[in-house]
Amino acid sequence: MLVEIDNLSIAFPSPTGDSLAVRGVSLKLGAEKLGIVGESGSGKSLTARSILKLLPPQAKVAADRLTFDGIDVLRAGEATMRGIRGRRAGLIMQDPKFSLNPVMTAGEQIAEAWRAHKKGSQRQARAAAIELLDQVRIRDPKRVAGAYPHELSGGMGQRVMIAMMLAPDPEMLIADEPTSALDATVQAEILRLMEDLVARRGMALILISHDLPLVSHFCDRVAVMYAGRVVEELSAAGLAQATHPYTRGLLDCMPTLSHPKPRLPVLARDPAWLT
Amino acid sequence: MSDTPLSLRDWLLTDTPESRRQAAWGRLYRLWRDFRGNGLAMAGLITVILLIVLSLAAPLLATHDPATQNLANRLAKPSAAHWLGTDELGRDVYSRLLFGGRVTLGMVVAVVLLVAPLGLVIGCVAGYVGGAADRILMRVTDVFLAFPRLILALAFVAAIKPGVTSAIAAIALTAWPPYARLARAETLTIRNTDYIAAVRITGASGLRIILRHVVPMCIGSLVVRVTLDMSSIILTAAALGFLGMGAQPPSPEWGSMIATARRFILEQWWVPTIPGIAIFVASLAFNLLGDGLRDVLDPKQR
Amino acid sequence: MIDIGDLRVRFGEVEAVKGVSFHVARGAAFGMVGESGSGKSTVLRALSGLNPDWSGRVTIDGVAMTPRRGRDFYRRVQMVFQDPYGSLHPRQTVDRALSEPLLVHGIGDIDRRIRAALAEVALPAAARFRYPHQLSGGQRQRVAIARALMSEPEVLLLDEPTSALDVSVQAEVLNLLADLQARRDLTYVMVSHNLAVIAHLCPMIGVMQGGEMVEQIGVDDLRAGRTKHPHTAELRALSTELEEA
Repeated sequence: MLVEIDNLSIAFPSPTGDSLAVRGVSLKLGAEKLGIVGESGSGKSLTARSILKLLPPQAKVAADRLTFDGIDVLRAGEATMRGIRGRRAGLIMQDPKFSLNPVMTAGEQIAEAWRAHKKGSQRQARAAAIELLDQVRIRDPKRVAGAYPHELSGGMGQRVMIAMMLAPDPEMLIADEPTSALDATVQAEILRLMEDLVARRGMALILISHDLPLVSHFCDRVAVMYAGRVVEELSAAGLAQATHPYTRGLLDCMPTLSHPKPRLPVLARDPAWLT
Repeated sequence: MSDTPLSLRDWLLTDTPESRRQAAWGRLYRLWRDFRGNGLAMAGLITVILLIVLSLAAPLLATHDPATQNLANRLAKPSAAHWLGTDELGRDVYSRLLFGGRVTLGMVVAVVLLVAPLGLVIGCVAGYVGGAADRILMRVTDVFLAFPRLILALAFVAAIKPGVTSAIAAIALTAWPPYARLARAETLTIRNTDYIAAVRITGASGLRIILRHVVPMCIGSLVVRVTLDMSSIILTAAALGFLGMGAQPPSPEWGSMIATARRFILEQWWVPTIPGIAIFVASLAFNLLGDGLRDVLDPKQR
Repeated sequence: MIDIGDLRVRFGEVEAVKGVSFHVARGAAFGMVGESGSGKSTVLRALSGLNPDWSGRVTIDGVAMTPRRGRDFYRRVQMVFQDPYGSLHPRQTVDRALSEPLLVHGIGDIDRRIRAALAEVALPAAARFRYPHQLSGGQRQRVAIARALMSEPEVLLLDEPTSALDVSVQAEVLNLLADLQARRDLTYVMVSHNLAVIAHLCPMIGVMQGGEMVEQIGVDDLRAGRTKHPHTAELRALSTELEEA
């Protein structure tokens, strides 16, 4: 198992005592694609980021077990974590506009990521950057390598971001809503690209999203989170057989083209789901 | 509201206020709670309040008439009779300091009351209306910004006649451009937000949008800037006084007190040093207060 | 009710909307779908008077519109914005936001109207004196809808009204919009990137691409796949592909 999470809880101090954002989550991940789905505030991003120890400083983390490839993340120091972050596990965020450096060209940023882990010459790095841009299926990698982030479209920027994360040959990618800032046509391309890369390189992928059908379409397994808990874990193919009323409610309340509903069913939140 | 079973604190902190007034007080109380947590800022606030109270109560607290001369007892050391000694004309420094605070702090308050609304309105109008109005207003602002504050104020006072009123006018004349710039910059970002678009959609007039929706958003950063600026206004007022362009003798003013006593700095150092300390304390207090207010009011810093 | 002919909008050198025409009957709902940069929101902004730099023909209820609109126009046409976090003034309570349109139009009986408006969008009366940051995203969008309804408009322009919301909240807001339309006989023009959302609320849909409306299609034809333009077919395929999963 690459990642093992057992009974993870994350709390934030507030004036009225600690408020739990993640309550007793357990997950296991091998070389597969895991989707974590939930609404805003369900704790899905925090859970995934805890693996890289990328949490806000005031967060209080506790777990019976939280390991990445056998390394105890909870007790690991910053130096160990730096060896994991970026090098062995990459993080792709929602909006490439905010995660790319605006004053460096795309090529320079990828080359820098590559050099930081591979220790090659400038020239090798530049060649590697163009090779990576080609891998993320950018048609004209030389031109894109010389472009600044503001000259790139959203989909292009996200490809550059993925190329950067692939530079050190990571074993795992965490994609936090990687396509929610993108158009539907681009979204499908990016997801297909990630699916393909993950399969070819034998990487693990954690895809975090609020979009249940989308995630189940691209992942092997889906964990549905609600209010800091995993309420249901399913194989993606078995989505239609979901039993938890929350999962069912999420599926039902979406308008669809193929099954018109005169009125959308509204999700009735049961307080029992919290226990 | 004391007839409610709730404590005042609960009333202020409730998530479900029952009136506009309660909601507004609740917001203020939350700001105050944040502010109270900042020790330095509280020290600044307390010092400022103390200085104002001391100045207002000067007639009660003064031990002597600030204008009464006693040439037989000039440049005396601090003693039981004269707590902070006497100046070159034998006047009681402690009493002059109290009355001088009225002049100096009064000048600062007057300048701020003149300058802040002026800068705010000019900046908001320029930023919201844009186009030619913006260009004209901002070029005028730039012209005033281009002069060093003290030199422009000096020229202005020299052209009229030295005195407290012209010093206030002179400082005001040089102090408003930064506020206009600040308010304009804020307005430019506010202007394009959806909540202003939503007000425009209601059909509200430009003036109404500026006064009721844009200005309240600018006030926070303006208050911060004003408190941070207080110290420099005090220093400018003191500098004008020092150069004989501000308050005229025998009226006590901290700057002119230093100016007239500077000859004695080596032998009777306390005579010019004591008003200097007053200026220093007042400037520092306003600065600390401004820093604290920024932490609470300026959303960009959070 | 709304008639638009050859609407063009320029931003400097770029023509963002290149001659769009459509018609919306009174009490109907017209949807515009397209990707970012397709010009769908620009059309809505020109219609709302927020962007005065357009040319072409815009008539509402038989009256030709000029780029600058009077107060009367805003009494009859209102808009709901995409981001409920950004469309409410952060320093104003719900009460203040709702009373503003009434004050602007000189409508009296403010207290009763605000209470009625809150009830109509199913917000608790206790929400009246809260600030936006004390409300959830769905509650904020309800406030924005209530604000748009204060002046009792006939036309509501909806700019991605649910895309910043979680799906469960989206369902509630869509239901609310459907109820309001039925109850008040409102005319809707709605913009979204989500074809399923548009199709849920609008019987007639205009597909935008590159500043042009490439196809106008009835919702039954769309559901049945009787599309004429390849872009419509592509958007439809992307939407149904996920539904089959």
